Amino acid sequence: MTEAFDVAVVGAGVMGATTALHLARAGMRTALIDRGAICREASGVNAGTLTLHMTRAVLIPYAIRGRQLWLDAPDWLGMDAGARATPGLSVAFTPAERDMLEHRAAARRAEGAPIELVTPAQARAIEPGLNGDIIAAAHCALDGHVTAYLTGRAYRRALVAAGATLMEQHPVAGIDRAGGQFAIRVAGQPAVRARRLVLAGGVWLEAMLGWLGLHVPVKCLINQLVVTERMRPVMRSVLGIANGLLSLKQFENGTVLIGGGWQGIGDPARGGVEAIPDNLIGNVRLARAAIPALAEGRVARIWLGLESETADALPMIGPLPGIGDAYVIGCVHSGYTSGPFMGKLLADHILDREPELPLFDPARLVQPQRAATLEKTP
Amino acid sequence: MNGRATDLVVVGAGPAGAAAAMQAAALGVRTVLLEDEAAAGGQVYRAPATTRDMARSPERRQGDALRAALAGSSVQVEHGQKVWSVSGQYRVDVLGPQGPGHWQAPALIVATGALERVVPFPGWTLPGVVGLAAATILLKAHGMAPGERTLVAGAGPLLAAVAVGIVKAGGKVAAVVDLATPGEWAACLPAMAGRPDLLARGAGWLARLRLAGVPILTGHALAAVAATPDGLRATVQPVDSLGRPIPGGAATSFEVDAVAVGHGLIPSTDVTRLLRVEHWFDPASVTWRPALDAGFRTTRAGVYVAGDGGGVLGVAAAGLQGRLAGLAVALDLGRLSQVQHDARAEKLRRKLARAARFGAAMARMMAPRPGQFAAIPADAIVCRCEDVTRAEIEEAAAEGACEVNQLKAWTRCGMGPCQGRVCGDTAAALLAQFHASDRETTGLFTGRTPLRPLPLDQLTGEYGYADITLPPPAPL
Ligand SMILES: Cc1cc2nc3c(=O)[nH]c(=O)nc-3n(C[C@H](O)[C@H](O)[C@H](O)COP(=O)(O)OP(=O)(O)OC[C@H]3O[C@@H](n4cnc5c(N)ncnc54)[C@H](O)[C@@H]3O)c2cc1C
Ligand SMILES: Cc1cc2nc3c(=O)[nH]c(=O)nc-3n(C[C@H](O)[C@H](O)[C@H](O)COP(=O)(O)OP(=O)(O)OC[C@H]3O[C@@H](n4cnc5c(N)ncnc54)[C@H](O)[C@@H]3O)c2cc1C
Repeated sequence: MTEAFDVAVVGAGVMGATTALHLARAGMRTALIDRGAICREASGVNAGTLTLHMTRAVLIPYAIRGRQLWLDAPDWLGMDAGARATPGLSVAFTPAERDMLEHRAAARRAEGAPIELVTPAQARAIEPGLNGDIIAAAHCALDGHVTAYLTGRAYRRALVAAGATLMEQHPVAGIDRAGGQFAIRVAGQPAVRARRLVLAGGVWLEAMLGWLGLHVPVKCLINQLVVTERMRPVMRSVLGIANGLLSLKQFENGTVLIGGGWQGIGDPARGGVEAIPDNLIGNVRLARAAIPALAEGRVARIWLGLESETADALPMIGPLPGIGDAYVIGCVHSGYTSGPFMGKLLADHILDREPELPLFDPARLVQPQRAATLEKTP
Repeated sequence: MNGRATDLVVVGAGPAGAAAAMQAAALGVRTVLLEDEAAAGGQVYRAPATTRDMARSPERRQGDALRAALAGSSVQVEHGQKVWSVSGQYRVDVLGPQGPGHWQAPALIVATGALERVVPFPGWTLPGVVGLAAATILLKAHGMAPGERTLVAGAGPLLAAVAVGIVKAGGKVAAVVDLATPGEWAACLPAMAGRPDLLARGAGWLARLRLAGVPILTGHALAAVAATPDGLRATVQPVDSLGRPIPGGAATSFEVDAVAVGHGLIPSTDVTRLLRVEHWFDPASVTWRPALDAGFRTTRAGVYVAGDGGGVLGVAAAGLQGRLAGLAVALDLGRLSQVQHDARAEKLRRKLARAARFGAAMARMMAPRPGQFAAIPADAIVCRCEDVTRAEIEEAAAEGACEVNQLKAWTRCGMGPCQGRVCGDTAAALLAQFHASDRETTGLFTGRTPLRPLPLDQLTGEYGYADITLPPPAPL
């Protein structure tokens, strides 16, 4: 039998990959296991918006640090994943949206986001592509975007260089504990043994925590994204609407990405299987209302990605209650932005270093009726 | 236009879709046939787009007969309708001259035909280099040859068909360059014997080309096309049975202004991938095909595939498959009893077996050969929408991309307007070759909507902000 790993991380999205990278760099023998290829779920198909306008207010300090890490990726990750800093705007078309805009800007400002209200004319100076019909706007100097589909390539290089063992196409089926070790059962493969365990399974965390006898409900959102063919430059900011139902940006290659959390059909078992045509039309109408020149473009592709959410909509990041040396990381709203920081936080905790900001104790989310059944570690 | 309900939606009015629709409609199934083009007919029976007097080929006559039969049937034929989404059970969204709309039906027959395959070579993206399919469209719809002097190259029966079409349209064919040897063609004879009419037609084509003095180079492949001040220089070289250049083989060059080249057809699986039905890789035709039962049912209830979309077997098989799929729909919707169905299906199946034998032999002749992929130069563009070269594909493979969707993410190969329809096959073959894996491992691009690029202004229509139906706002 091969020697046990110091740590096995299950789930190679941005959360698992970042955690694994820092643990491997700190000298731990690290296995990163995914049932598919690295960063092909939420972390490879998301909108890559680094905006604070849409981040849950309490997560703003984390998002600010995560955004900076993305912009500095060449230094610490070794590859530019297309991160670009841009101004960020959130706009309002109706009085109700204006009220929401002002209220939300204030709440986020209180958490440290440099968001200020600007006049429609100032907003159009920042973003000349903007519709003249807006009645209010908020500006944030800290915004930007990353090319999410490059995430896996960047992390894979870094992980290989750090000596981590990458196990792709390894669907984990369950976890046993024996002799102070975790035995991670992989369909069609020998079990992977490790002294520590990190679960980083995105929307699949409910099932993963179930392997350890913990019942934590995880909600699955089916987020729709729409991309156009390449078009002439029509915008230069990251643009949203106060209600959070639009996120819009144009990449250097000319394509425009339209998001905003409109829902499609799918579930954790089948993935995001189907766009809802009416939701596509609604989302695209909102985009064209914000940037009228989008009317010149053509929709090239629509897809759906799965985003996870806990009962209180806050992350779970930290040690699992009652199970020694087992940790969880996930369910972070705007988790792509903060991922590089969140993974480092958990790695610091595991490495007994003082984390820069507090973790998010998963114990609060465990449902009592299905308590832990595993042997407790001393 | 709002959603309209019917019993059956058929997508694609080629020979398969038209036959399927007419068969089902004749049995009392309310049927809507959706077609992107302005007229029914598909590839082979394509209707002319001009009023110019064009030579009347047998296809043209058969196509006119098909269009007349459709017009006389109870099928509701909707032209100029781009199907861009299939969802639910089953909602089919279209974008037509009147804007977006949709149909709702419990049964869906996918008859969207085939795509052309061109294995890249230096110069394949130059202006003047067209696919054999594009050449047939020019010939059938406009009676036009692709150039004044065309080199016709690649594999399969389309070579002779295109070359003869050019000669008939008054163009010159510099040469026909066929990957296959006469021996390989001869080996197909037993399978072709079931269709003496088509065999005779092929012989007629060859005679016509000989009469026109067109050189036919067998066992040869296009090595490169280069732009010259006056046009194009196409260089061809002898290859072995795996499509590998024979070392020391004498290269020949042709000065031309057009090159028509193709390496077979691949089933258009956009809709079936979107619907996530099961597909299988057929090594004989080197294509992915949806898994179908004898009634052309996919693994998803209510979804059927007829014609090239299920596997490229030629026009005769497509029509027969269409009829069988139409019968299966009538059976499944309760318009026919099992006994009635079987009595009708049995005869069709026997005919289909014969047609399919011929079609499968042709599909094998068209299939690309491994040496062709191996011969793609490192700097040759594979994905022409996004300018991704073979070297870039292999660099991503070396970094750990084992499957086409990861490759796409890391290189943008297949992310452009064609959504991988042109490059997907070559990219998958190169990945499999690099990792010494197989096409099952390298997989298929995930199917997504829109099935065709959607002009944003048409999709949204004219509207005011208040017309947008908004879901509840995102939480703070
Ligand atoms: C469409 C969309 C748009 C988004 N836009 C933004 C945005 O603009 N900005 C932003 O900050 N955030 C955005 N997000 C949120 C962000 O993408 C996620 O918060 C983040 O990527 C989650 O990372 P993760 O590592 O937790 O999950 P994932 O990336 O989903 O990783 C989980 C991994 O676990 C693996 N796994 C599952 N089951 C098993 C098993 N049995 N065995 C082994 N491995 C398994 C999966 O294969 C997967 O790779 C968006 C999300 C979506 C879906
Ligand atoms: C260029 C070319 C030449 C060929 N020549 C021959 C030949 O000479 N002899 C032969 O036996 N076989 C030939 N074939 C093979 C031929 O395609 C089939 O034998 C036969 O045409 C298949 O019929 P089908 O109905 O399956 O597909 P097709 O004839 O291709 O018809 C599919 C139809 O679906 C429509 N369609 C597709 N997608 C959509 C959408 N999203 N929305 C709306 N409509 C859509 C298309 O416009 C088309 O009219 C040729 C194929 C090609 C591509």
